[in-house]
Amino acid sequence: MHPERWVQVRPEGLYVVPGDFYVDPVRPVDRAVITHGHSDHCRGGHGAMLATEATLAIAAARLGEGMAPSRQAAAYGETIRVGEVDVTLYPAGHVLGSAQVLMEHQGGRIVVSGDYKRRADPTCTGFEPVPCDVFVTEATFGLPVFRHPPIEEELRRLLHSIELFPERCHVVGAYTLGKAQRLIVELRRAGWDRPIYVHGALAAMNELYRGFGVELGELRPATAGAKGEPRRELEGAVVIAPPSAIADRWARRLPDPVICQASGWMRVKQRAKQGGIELPLVISDHADWDELLQTLDEVGAPRVWITHGREEALQYAARKRGYGAEALRLVGYDEEGS
Amino acid sequence: MKPFSELLDRLLYAPARTSKLALLEDYFRSVPDPDRGFGLAAIAGTLSLRVAKSGVIRELVAERTDPELFHWSYDFVGDLAETAALMWPEQQAGRDWPHLSEVVVAMDELPRGQLTRQIASWLDTLDATGRWALLKLATGSLRVGASAGLARAALARYGGVEPALVEEAWYATAPPYLDLFAWLDGRMPRPEIAHVPVFRPLMLAHPLDDEQASKLDLAEYSAEWKWDGIRVQVVAVRGHVRLYSRTGDDVGPAFPEVVERVRFEGVLDGELLVAREGEVASFNDLQQRLNRKAVTPAMLQDYPALVRLYDILFDGEEDLRGLPFLERRERLEAFVARERPEGMDLSPLIPDTGLDELDRMRRSAREGGTVEGLMLKRKDSLYVPGRPKGLWWKWKRDAHLVDCVLMYAQRGHGKRSSYYSDYTFGAWQDGPDGEELVPVGKAYAGYTDEELKLLDRWIRDHTIERFGPVRAVEPRLVFEVAFDSIHPSSRHKSGVAMRFPRIARIRWDKPAAEADRLATLVDLMG
Ligand SMILES: [Zn+2]
Ligand SMILES: [Zn+2]
Repeated sequence: MHPERWVQVRPEGLYVVPGDFYVDPVRPVDRAVITHGHSDHCRGGHGAMLATEATLAIAAARLGEGMAPSRQAAAYGETIRVGEVDVTLYPAGHVLGSAQVLMEHQGGRIVVSGDYKRRADPTCTGFEPVPCDVFVTEATFGLPVFRHPPIEEELRRLLHSIELFPERCHVVGAYTLGKAQRLIVELRRAGWDRPIYVHGALAAMNELYRGFGVELGELRPATAGAKGEPRRELEGAVVIAPPSAIADRWARRLPDPVICQASGWMRVKQRAKQGGIELPLVISDHADWDELLQTLDEVGAPRVWITHGREEALQYAARKRGYGAEALRLVGYDEEGS
Repeated sequence: MKPFSELLDRLLYAPARTSKLALLEDYFRSVPDPDRGFGLAAIAGTLSLRVAKSGVIRELVAERTDPELFHWSYDFVGDLAETAALMWPEQQAGRDWPHLSEVVVAMDELPRGQLTRQIASWLDTLDATGRWALLKLATGSLRVGASAGLARAALARYGGVEPALVEEAWYATAPPYLDLFAWLDGRMPRPEIAHVPVFRPLMLAHPLDDEQASKLDLAEYSAEWKWDGIRVQVVAVRGHVRLYSRTGDDVGPAFPEVVERVRFEGVLDGELLVAREGEVASFNDLQQRLNRKAVTPAMLQDYPALVRLYDILFDGEEDLRGLPFLERRERLEAFVARERPEGMDLSPLIPDTGLDELDRMRRSAREGGTVEGLMLKRKDSLYVPGRPKGLWWKWKRDAHLVDCVLMYAQRGHGKRSSYYSDYTFGAWQDGPDGEELVPVGKAYAGYTDEELKLLDRWIRDHTIERFGPVRAVEPRLVFEVAFDSIHPSSRHKSGVAMRFPRIARIRWDKPAAEADRLATLVDLMG
């Protein structure tokens, strides 16, 4: 049966007809399969939610325990029957708990990637290519200008900058879920064993990651201490905060902060300059251009549906490689990629 | 190339001067000769490379990338060199980066055809930042918000010496500045400048407002006219003569008659003017001589140059900068009496008088005339390079204000390149179809970052046409424009040219129809 017949684009999101459920719906629905805990993919108000255990925990931490009356956890690789569809979650390598959704129905296989990356990330399970007939891929960095350098290289630049400005504080903007914890763990691997200071908005996710066995080392709150007085102990320190906080009055209370941002967008100078970033760090939890194409080849699906991001370039490149590529006009996802 | 490209990248984003200084200092400390000297030259703008046209980038991109993908990418990134740098197919790691000195030398020596190939093979060894730096360097479009002055300040910090010492030595050395670094590293004495016509950093004045003026103890100050020309430093050492502008550029080639007539040895400070039989002409006349490549006999005849002297730094080899102003003034008068320099005269001192009289004189400085106000110099001020506090003041006549209408906006450079920050504004005149705007000036300073953002938004919302980086906007927004003076100009359609126009206020409230007419501006020329 043709995949178009049993998967539809609706205002609520991607609807799977024979299973009567949505994948990452943007509006409240009866049954939802959720790829990962980022707010544009995982919203509250659904009747039933199927996701990995970590994603459910993240959802509960973010949205409250009442976010969905019925919750079902699936392990990676475990097949669960939903209506007339067999659903299996596979690791997507994006953030803790992130999954691709394999849906099998009458011999047809569709995989929805959710957000994914291909680089090793010590805080989550790595992406696994799953053979299928239709691969629904994200395209956040769907332009050939996006190629993420090795994270070690970016952290080297950060550590060098700390050496160069020992009296200043380096405050790094990083998404609360995933990026922040990955950054902390990678900093530890790069030898940074001093306490890392974190914005209050990060505390819950840090604790949750720790609960899933991710070692973060010593973290201290960045905001404690006398109001309005920059804290001496933050001189030469690394502070991690949500991207919204680094341009805010909050960051100005830190001692002469070097404003850094960890994001794939930092590759484009104009983006960094517009954000008032002094040290852009090209660190992303999404696949870059080369990896998007590499993934299409590894998955080998004859048909590719492209969701949020820069669809046209990826569609063009996928077609040149012989895939039947279409842009799926799904609305409601954060084009900026969280 | 790697440390250089990382330095450029960080300078581009560093907002504070102190950060830039630290970055440069770190570069000088960690990079060996001669690379660091070439890096320094690239940043200071003293590296005169044969540059490639941006067509070379397009050529390379066409060979290595898909045109459709390039189109989308360029559209997204907005900068040709950066787009090419980002999407250039990445090679396997492990190949050696070229040294900056290799790049500089090759760019100078390779024939054009080979240069393009060479650039491609360098690109294959670099990372994205390296490719960006290389393409910017190769196309001569390196703009990272660092000036020669900043680079010299960083050198002074690096060597732990007085900035003025570096400033002087700077003009006695050349890229890759091996002797300069040898001195700063303590391996050699300072490069010899006694026999070289080097630029001596200028002493500059602070602007004075009426309130500050009323608080000055006038008995401590000597007053003179502030001439409306360009500040020059005449340096004559062992038969070498230079005419330096206030930024240290040699403007001598544009004023050969001044240079040729120098017979003395010394360093003098004065104002370059156009004067006919001792009668100083307006700045507009001087304008005819500036920025001209070739000097014609007719220009020499019609716009003869004069240097009006007001200070002396060296008499022969004797350094007078440690003397108080009044003593230097005596030495200057003696110098002029002795040498009788041709094509130069003395700027007279204004006899000591009260504040009210000085204020009256300042205000009487006429539009289209030859003075812009008064200079007040402390009688005991030594010649201190830079802008020391409280020693020299410039007390300008009041600026003029007119209301003009925004016509075109252009993207800025550097820090402001993401905003429409350069503005062309016009005044009303009668046209064949009724009232029409004629452009009267351009300004890109005088507003806060907040205003800049608001303006940028307004411009994007009111664009009626786009030509490359320029947008034509609906004639609806009024600027209150301040300027120092206005002159007739045949190069402008309006027939007038403003000096130092800046946007004093944005009149969001004012209807465009109520802005000024060209005739009002013409009247101001007096
Ligand atoms: Zn997403
Ligand atoms: Zn995500």
